[in-house]
Amino acid sequence: MISRIFPYPLLIASLVVMWMLLAGFTPGQLLVGIGVALVAAQGLAALQPAKPRLRRWDLLPKLVIIVLYDIVRSNIAVARIILEGSKRERKSGFLTIPLDLRDPTALAILAVILTSTPGTAWLDYNSARGTLLLHVFDLVDEAEWFDLIKNRYEHMLLEIFE
Amino acid sequence: MSAIILLWALTAAQAMLAIAMGFATFRMMKGPRAQDRVLGLDTLYVNSMLLLLVFGIRTGNVLYFEVALIIGMLGFVATVALAKFLMRGEVIE
Amino acid sequence: MSHAADLPVWAAIVVAVFLLIGAGLALIGSFGFYRLRSFYDRIHAPTLGTSWGTAAIVMASMFCFTVLQSRPVIHEILIGIFVTITTPVTLMLLGRAALYRDRSEGSPEVPAMDPADGVLEEGVQVEE
Repeated sequence: MISRIFPYPLLIASLVVMWMLLAGFTPGQLLVGIGVALVAAQGLAALQPAKPRLRRWDLLPKLVIIVLYDIVRSNIAVARIILEGSKRERKSGFLTIPLDLRDPTALAILAVILTSTPGTAWLDYNSARGTLLLHVFDLVDEAEWFDLIKNRYEHMLLEIFE
Repeated sequence: MSAIILLWALTAAQAMLAIAMGFATFRMMKGPRAQDRVLGLDTLYVNSMLLLLVFGIRTGNVLYFEVALIIGMLGFVATVALAKFLMRGEVIE
Repeated sequence: MSHAADLPVWAAIVVAVFLLIGAGLALIGSFGFYRLRSFYDRIHAPTLGTSWGTAAIVMASMFCFTVLQSRPVIHEILIGIFVTITTPVTLMLLGRAALYRDRSEGSPEVPAMDPADGVLEEGVQVEE
């Protein structure tokens, strides 16, 4: 019964917070925000998306910190390559990686991580074979990128979701 | 003192963002392919959103923030629709 | 610029540093986007502006208004969250569209379609 009125508690909470950030922190806006969030959650429930199952909540902050650190690092690396210009020999190329990850939410998070990191771009995922096609900006050592994605991100996402 | 520091930083940031918008526009006009032009439009949108945020700091007006949010949303929807069009030749299947 | 004089000097320096980092990253990203040679190289460059470029300017704005109004002003973080969520979507869609177009033209620069996808070429719909 409660899950029928509040189908997605996390979504409702974040929508209320977003509403109050935009409209101001007053009791009236809180009521309006809750109303809007409930209607929006009902709308999402009508679409019946797959519910993600999180096994290890505690690992999420660690993942966020690792990703933020990697984004800073690759920002600096890509900015340096662009500024150095053609003085340095640089090879960019495609990389195919077989993934063990199957959970759609985990794959979506992996896609967000890889795309928001400058230096790697997610191009195509073949769901039949479970292979991922990436484009890497600075492909000096294929094994290093392979190791980064398989061991650093996929391993952690597998632990969180499966 | 702080007014001078802030004024210089704001002017420099605005100039840099304007030049960045210029680069994006050049690439959008040059192409060579349609995906380059769409990516150029997306970059232009992001840069103009950042420029609006800097305007907001400069004038102290919170209204610019809402404009920036709307520009960001319009840019997102436009780019997604154009990318979809490039892929299938139609926007809604 | 009347409000700027109300900022303490240390706060002005913090805001200025964040502004210059953010605008500089956006400029480098757009410059790379203009200068790099192939589309797949160019798709990496604008992420400089959308990752830490946006984050730095959003932080500058939050910091400036928080100090000025002596209360936390954090609604700019919505722009940060919004950009973080939307950029991967647009870039993935564009990357896939570019790959699809290059493959259908038989361009030698992109890897060919996997054998499992081969049925797509014969016009049979494969579940994505």
